[in-house]
Amino acid sequence: MSDTLLKTIFGRLTLESFPIHEPIILGTFIAVMLGGIALVGAITYFKLWKWLWTEWFTSVDHKKVGIMYMVLGTVMLLRGFSDAIMMRAQQAMAFGANEGYLNAHHYDQVFTAHGVIMIFFVAMPFVTGIMNYVVPLQIGARDVSFPFLNNFSFWMTAAGAVIVMASLFVGEFARTGWLAMAPLSGLDYSPDVGVDYYVWALQIAGVGTLLSGVNLIATIVKMRAPGMTMFKMPIFTWSALVTNVLIVAAFPVLTAVLAMLSLDRYVGTHFFTNTGGGNPMMYVNMIWIWGHPEVYILILPLFGVFSEVTSTFSGKRLFGYTSMVYALLVICILAYLVWLHHFFTMGSGASVNSFFGITTMIISIPTGAKIFNWLFTMYKGRIRFELPMMWTVAFMLTFVVGGMTGVLLAVPPADFQLHNSLFLVAHFHNVIIGGVLFGAFAAINYWFPKAFGFKLDPWWGKVSFWSWVVGFWVAFMPLYVLGLMGVTRRLRHFDDPSLQIWFIIAAVGAAMIAVGIAAFLIQIYVSFRDRERLRDWTGDPWDGRSLEWATSSPPPAYNFAFTPVIHDLDAYYDMKSRNAERPLTGFRDIHMPKNTGTGVVLAGLSVAFGLSMIWYMWWLSALSFAGILAVSIFHTFNYDRDFHIHADEVERTEEERTRILANAAAGA
Amino acid sequence: MSAPTNQHQAVEMERDAHDRGSSDHVDGGAAHGSRSSYVTGFVLSVILTAIPFGLVMSGVIGDKSVVAGICMALAIVQIVVHMIYFLHMNRKSEAGWTLMSLIFTVIIVVIALTGSLWVMFHMNQNMMPPMNPASAAEMSDQM
Amino acid sequence: MTSTTDVPPGAHNAVTFYDTDPHEHPPGQSTMLGFWLYLMSDCLIFAMLFAAWGVFGGSYAGGPRPSELFELPLVAVNTAMLLFSSITYGFAMLAADEKKQGATLGWLAITGVFGLCFLGIELYEFSNLIAEGAGPWRSAFLSSFFTLVGTHGLHVTFGIIWLVTLMVQVSRKGLIDANMRRLQCLSLFWHFLDVIWIGVFTFVYLLGVLR
Repeated sequence: MSDTLLKTIFGRLTLESFPIHEPIILGTFIAVMLGGIALVGAITYFKLWKWLWTEWFTSVDHKKVGIMYMVLGTVMLLRGFSDAIMMRAQQAMAFGANEGYLNAHHYDQVFTAHGVIMIFFVAMPFVTGIMNYVVPLQIGARDVSFPFLNNFSFWMTAAGAVIVMASLFVGEFARTGWLAMAPLSGLDYSPDVGVDYYVWALQIAGVGTLLSGVNLIATIVKMRAPGMTMFKMPIFTWSALVTNVLIVAAFPVLTAVLAMLSLDRYVGTHFFTNTGGGNPMMYVNMIWIWGHPEVYILILPLFGVFSEVTSTFSGKRLFGYTSMVYALLVICILAYLVWLHHFFTMGSGASVNSFFGITTMIISIPTGAKIFNWLFTMYKGRIRFELPMMWTVAFMLTFVVGGMTGVLLAVPPADFQLHNSLFLVAHFHNVIIGGVLFGAFAAINYWFPKAFGFKLDPWWGKVSFWSWVVGFWVAFMPLYVLGLMGVTRRLRHFDDPSLQIWFIIAAVGAAMIAVGIAAFLIQIYVSFRDRERLRDWTGDPWDGRSLEWATSSPPPAYNFAFTPVIHDLDAYYDMKSRNAERPLTGFRDIHMPKNTGTGVVLAGLSVAFGLSMIWYMWWLSALSFAGILAVSIFHTFNYDRDFHIHADEVERTEEERTRILANAAAGA
Repeated sequence: MSAPTNQHQAVEMERDAHDRGSSDHVDGGAAHGSRSSYVTGFVLSVILTAIPFGLVMSGVIGDKSVVAGICMALAIVQIVVHMIYFLHMNRKSEAGWTLMSLIFTVIIVVIALTGSLWVMFHMNQNMMPPMNPASAAEMSDQM
Repeated sequence: MTSTTDVPPGAHNAVTFYDTDPHEHPPGQSTMLGFWLYLMSDCLIFAMLFAAWGVFGGSYAGGPRPSELFELPLVAVNTAMLLFSSITYGFAMLAADEKKQGATLGWLAITGVFGLCFLGIELYEFSNLIAEGAGPWRSAFLSSFFTLVGTHGLHVTFGIIWLVTLMVQVSRKGLIDANMRRLQCLSLFWHFLDVIWIGVFTFVYLLGVLR
């Protein structure tokens, strides 16, 4: 075949694009391949494909979509963490004559991939998954407003993850840091496929994130159970509402700025170039207009989780519910007024820097108020230190330190010293691990019994908890020290041997976190193995207060046979304390959305589109884009999207629950 | 400590919230326009479009900043006209949620737009001073 | 503070905790709100493109300036096309409300034709600019111009594809509830594009020429 023909078909993809000369990547590739083959083989052997497809992949049930998000987040956590431990190992050994084991080309990809994966494909799926699972249950709804869109959103997020993972084995990932700052990310300095992988992965996943944001806002606004006024909404639902408002108002900014970057790279425009009148600092400005609200998108849902957990395990109504809500609303606006604190050193001058420094300090006030609310909720409560509560207490201790160093960084003169140093790295890991990740673990331990019908094993949970918490402190406190000594981030090699001890300590901390992650996986396995012992028969394993605990664990597809009527903020607590009776007769057909494979198909086509754009296979881009349009239009011709769960079936399910509840009561 | 909200006040409120679902009809989002409101909106839009084009193309007003000011003011008026007559914006559609989301969006748009311009203007002032020694010295004094 | 709430005796007789007599909720009651929220997010995409225009609108990089490039009469005609399409879409909605299927389809077709005229004029303008050597790669000013106006044009293109799809669906299924919802969503979309265009002709063309 001629070269031109090859080029037309494969674009810039050649045999050299496969990194067979990099032993580490080759080894990973072989391991992933073997694991993948084993997984596919096992699924085929146990004949699970059909089950996976009909029960999960095509499911529009918000509970299943939520669980799929959590699985995606967990899988990507493993990838993101292996990047982290590679960096820690490299930095612990690469001193003086020792070059470590990662070359610069590879190391730069590792730290970029770590950041991108942890934010977009671990934290975001966790957060979205928890909101997806819990919100409709908490507001007494049968599903989200747009169930198909929900499934589609998940698959678009997964498609983005697939593209990032593909970069590991075909070509390379960006070497620019997680925000791909221009002009480094422009064509002049990053001519290879790395940044294109970055752009298309985020654009495709961004579609999913945005649509799921729209979906959850509409759900919360329109689908609340009768009686649930805005100020009787559970605090987690409130935090989800504000989070999704932030998503809908922030992600378009990311879409726009990445689109401009890709125009620079594909069309030759001059937005962020050094020549032609472009201005790279505009990229920095715009991406942080998205980037700062994103920080709150990640943390606010977990604030909601901590509020629920604190209230439940203290056996008390949440202290200062109203102030919590107003704090959320204030953050919702202020989150858009602080973005410049990420680039004080850009040189906008004293007036601009002071404005953004002050707004940043102001935004810490509502956050601080929340901490006090949690403390006052615990005050004089009968606290049960179950796993979710332990994570919450660890969060409060850890997050406050992270918040304080954040306020420190908000002072522009201090920031000029600490900017781009390991102090910053320690700060944002302190809030993201201490806030988002601890929150995700609190949420997983808290709602797992609701989702699967059995609790998670507490012993392995505690192993995981202590490894994570201690590991975090050991891993990141040295980075504060190093940062104060002026060590900058993203370095592969150091000359000053006196620094090495700190990096070794940090690496030990990372190893402890590795134990924490392993213990988490073992915890899930052990809990599954011992599920009979850990079974939750009542649907209310923690003596909960909000509506999701009113239904069975796991809930039936329709969530509630009859829509609950809400009289109080702590709706289920109110029901219990006034001996509300479940209606046992008079069931009706329940109207439900049908499953559809369109989401999977569209996401698959999007992967093809993204990869073909990355590799300049224009024919495939055109084809897959036409395919996306055609499938979308075809989907709108399907008017028959619903079915009814028959009243008999509802009655059977509910009778089974009545029987189980009676048994549980007798057993107790 | 916030007092426990009285769970029994809620009968009417509950009914309200309950009716929320049924009072929004299938098409609850957009109120219906009438022929006359569409025509009113159209006529207003034509006028509000014609004036700025006329001003700029004819050049009757010499002061460019005045023309620019008038154009921007008329654009804002026309956007409001479109919102009311074509998009049927009012306080009632979707129980006020559309208007609230619009106001929020406008706030964010204003913050992002003016903020970007402000930030970038100052940065250009500071970091890309005109290439003459006097002003460069002035800059370094400021820093 | 105790954790229990006081429950007046006998209260549980008065209240119900489950709605045992549910009325079926009509499907699609969230659609309009959801679509509106999507439009708000789209608005922010345009906001960033306007911000880019605001920052880069004067970065000519030694290339042509707006007053040398923009032909206001053409822009005025284009604006008229979009404005006409707005009112004809309005008439389509009025006809749909009166359940006049033929008239609805007719007005939709006219709307589509105006939309196509708009796109045709815009493509003509773009091709002229590129032929003059003023393509998007010439300067940051032109990059932001083409991106902002082009993104609006892309939206109009998708609007027209959607319009055609919807015409087929209306002629097949009639003005059923689901189609009415879709017509209303497209109505919001179409008028929203008109609102964006007000910003474009004012800030890009008129103020650009004044610059």
